[in-house]
Amino acid sequence: MDFAHSLAAVGAEELISTAALVLLLVAAWGGDNASRAISIAAVAVLFGAAALALPTLASGAGGPATLAFGGHLKMDAFAAFTKLLIYLGAGVTLVIAPAFFDRFKAMRAEFPLLVLLAALGMGIMVSANDLLTLYIGLELNSLAAYVLAAILRADSRSAEAGLKYFVLGSLASGILLYGISLTYGFTGTTSFDGIRVALGAGVLSVGATFGLVFVLAGLAFKISAAPFHMWTPDVYEGAPLPVTTLFATAPKVAAIGLLMRVSLDAFGGQTGAWQQIVIFCALLSIVIGALGAIGQDNIKRLLAYSSINNVGFILVGLAAATPAGASAMLVYLVVYVASSIAGFVVVLGLRDAEGNAVESIAALGGLSRTQPWLAATLMVVMFSLAGIPPLFGFYAKFVIFQAALQAHLVALAIIAIVASVIGAFYYIKVVKVLYFDEATGIVQGRQETSSRALLLASTLFLSPLGYLTTIWLVPLANTAAASLFHLV
Amino acid sequence: MTGFPILSLMLAVPLVGAGVSLISGRDTARMVALIATLVDLALGVVLWNRYDIGGAQWQFQEHAELFAGFSWKLGIDGIALLLIALTVFLMPICIGASWNAIEKRAGEYYAAFLLMETLMIGVFAAQDLFLFYIMFEAGLIPMYLIIGIWGGAERIYASYKFFLYTLLGSVLMLIAMFWMANEAGTTDIPTLMQYDFAGPAQTWLFLAFFASFAVKMPMWPVHTWLPDAHVQAPTAGSVILAGVLLKMGGYGIIRFSLPMFPIASAHFAPLVWGLSIAAVVITSLIALVQHDMKKLIAYSSVAHMGIVTVGLFAFNRQGLEGSVIIMLSHGIVAGALFLAVGVIYDRLHTREIARYGGLAINMPYYALFFLVFTMASIGLPGTSGFVGEFLSLVGIYRQSSVIALISTTGIILGAAYMLYLYRRVVFGVQAHADAAAMPDLDGREWAMMVPLAAAVLWMGVYPESFLAPMRKDIGTLEARVAMARPKGDANVKTAGRAPAATTAALGAAQLKGVK
Repeated sequence: MDFAHSLAAVGAEELISTAALVLLLVAAWGGDNASRAISIAAVAVLFGAAALALPTLASGAGGPATLAFGGHLKMDAFAAFTKLLIYLGAGVTLVIAPAFFDRFKAMRAEFPLLVLLAALGMGIMVSANDLLTLYIGLELNSLAAYVLAAILRADSRSAEAGLKYFVLGSLASGILLYGISLTYGFTGTTSFDGIRVALGAGVLSVGATFGLVFVLAGLAFKISAAPFHMWTPDVYEGAPLPVTTLFATAPKVAAIGLLMRVSLDAFGGQTGAWQQIVIFCALLSIVIGALGAIGQDNIKRLLAYSSINNVGFILVGLAAATPAGASAMLVYLVVYVASSIAGFVVVLGLRDAEGNAVESIAALGGLSRTQPWLAATLMVVMFSLAGIPPLFGFYAKFVIFQAALQAHLVALAIIAIVASVIGAFYYIKVVKVLYFDEATGIVQGRQETSSRALLLASTLFLSPLGYLTTIWLVPLANTAAASLFHLV
Repeated sequence: MTGFPILSLMLAVPLVGAGVSLISGRDTARMVALIATLVDLALGVVLWNRYDIGGAQWQFQEHAELFAGFSWKLGIDGIALLLIALTVFLMPICIGASWNAIEKRAGEYYAAFLLMETLMIGVFAAQDLFLFYIMFEAGLIPMYLIIGIWGGAERIYASYKFFLYTLLGSVLMLIAMFWMANEAGTTDIPTLMQYDFAGPAQTWLFLAFFASFAVKMPMWPVHTWLPDAHVQAPTAGSVILAGVLLKMGGYGIIRFSLPMFPIASAHFAPLVWGLSIAAVVITSLIALVQHDMKKLIAYSSVAHMGIVTVGLFAFNRQGLEGSVIIMLSHGIVAGALFLAVGVIYDRLHTREIARYGGLAINMPYYALFFLVFTMASIGLPGTSGFVGEFLSLVGIYRQSSVIALISTTGIILGAAYMLYLYRRVVFGVQAHADAAAMPDLDGREWAMMVPLAAAVLWMGVYPESFLAPMRKDIGTLEARVAMARPKGDANVKTAGRAPAATTAALGAAQLKGVK
């Protein structure tokens, strides 16, 4: 475990941090005019980082050999899998951002840099093998995210979103730190491996329980699981759309990956202690996500509630606490990221004749007649999110519930799936507006080529053709999930 | 995989047609749809001809392991064969019914219909638990769009109701399927039909499946989506809903509930009987007071399905055979009645019964066909309705004379509301000038009505054609549920007197006769 080995293991992080620093200098000298070049460079960097992470995943690396820097980081297949998703989310944000910001003349050179730094932080989050690395990654991501939410300085909604995110995010960080300190106090270590050994499999002491609860609460905020979800609709609505796309994809993946590692690795011997919490959060998220969305007329808020709802289903997989459950969560995350990308890119294309964003669902009436392909895409996304076969979203729910049933969580599965019917209501409500209502003709604009390509790719993935990808998706998810568990 | 994959071909033809229709204009789309459905009909005829009656239980089997843990496993027995035949028979007629009625977004319309055909055949042919579920559930999307886009005034409410009711039923079934797959270690339906689940587990599994099938069937009191959906759907949508989609519930009970959970089925039989007779009496009475023709027929569908469930849960050959025959007969008759309503709706654009009257004068041929279907719906001997209802009621009489007595009132009430409908629409004076000016059937409508009427009479006069393919499968099913059959209340004293021929012997003799 020498230094060279560690440096070699964190290649993706080194690439991103070096590139971010270099591009920062370019931004300082080039100014906002260089923003497009910086964006392109940043996308290239993310591609490079993904290429560096891919071999780790393909080889199915796991175990002590993947530890780096004295066990602070763990560059295993699980980290690589989630990192690929994170880079994908960040890359999509960078691709769709210029067209959006150019309309406000607000494309700033800092934007791609902040996205890169956030991606770096997220990469550290999912590879963290120590409570301190966890916190560093989390804060690196969060601080970049707070600024990103408020990057449209002239827009009061954006500023409000940034402030809200910052205040509530800091609170969550505080809670998390408190949990970390308690855990450290009762186990005498911050290393995940150390914590697992120290806690053993016996009854948890009151202090350690408190530590666990606070750590989970802090992380639940980051994944916007109920009852810590309140910030989500406001931030999603207020933040500029490319930033919302980012929030809905990459940080969610990172925080869920982190939560998986903390629960299944550090607290892996204490499944019984956190399972109830996760079940509670899962059911509450599903129900609140479903009920909260019903009254929404803003499509961004609707997608925010939808993401709360989806997080609930992902937590169902966590509650199973099995490799099958973890694998199902990863598959679900992939589908969720694809749905979010498709959903938000469609929203990006919703503009009226003057190019202003259309966010009201009622204004989308009869879109299927004026913009048939856009409407068809949104319909696929909606039915996929509702989990109706044969769309790929069904498969995501399928594996989650299969894992839950295999872990004998019958009651949880029944309540969750019945609640998913409530969720189906607002998804089909959107389809109703798109297809059954009279055409309003408000949405006029055309999409950029990049958006169209993204839409085509993500819609094909969500369509029944997506099942073809399971040939490699499922084995990879299984490998990644297996590396998370300490198989004795 | 042995032989030519005819079932896969039957699934593929409408699917390809759907793809072509989606991107075509109205004229091309409807022609493509007609050709695709006729090709499927021809394939259906081939399927029936090549089906070896009394041969292997599962025929035309295909099996290929798919990715993601799903397997493409198809195969049919006699019951599935009959329902597939019903599907491919009704589909070209549906396309014919939509020929002129659908003007807006025709390409999407025909694509949705062809997709429905694929999924319906898929439901009846699937031999893998999850393949069945995907086919069963995927039908929600096209049907939601058909009702919502091309339906009547209240279409949005109806489409929500249809979607959410059926989804809620199905998701519980999905959970049960996971549990079964874990427990039995297989998703192969024929294997599961032989698997003995533990008693308490059967209870829960039965309830979960029943939630789905009862909604689909639909049984009272979860039938309320049906009148709305039927009334608001376009004519062809109603035909498909009544003709085939409702049969999925009955098929599910035959394929899953009875053979997989016989003990629980017997345990819950009184509940099913109770709900069924409630449906028969209540919905028949509701049908009696309807002003809307489609609504009346929709309620009559619920009543007929009540007799189907009574027959299914009679646990004997007559009941089971009768139920399948009612399902086939009702598929044709209810489809034909909706079509008959569609014919005059296309002319006058109202379903209000009071707006018509005296149609026998200006539309004599129409009146004739309508009469045939009305009589078949009532169950007049010589029509298809009689055979099924008679067998079902005989079946339940052997279990419970009280239930049989109350179920039979359904036939009397059925005669009342159907004849009352017929009198108001076809007989009487021509009160409205516009109704009196309607022309009689044109060539297209003749082409739709004649096959339906022929099928009704064929099934009524020579039901053996339809009983023969399923006889062996019903026998297998009867043997499977016999162990759990509740004791009947008939208490027949047979001491010293042997029945002339037991039903089993009779069945065997008939089987020999067929060969």
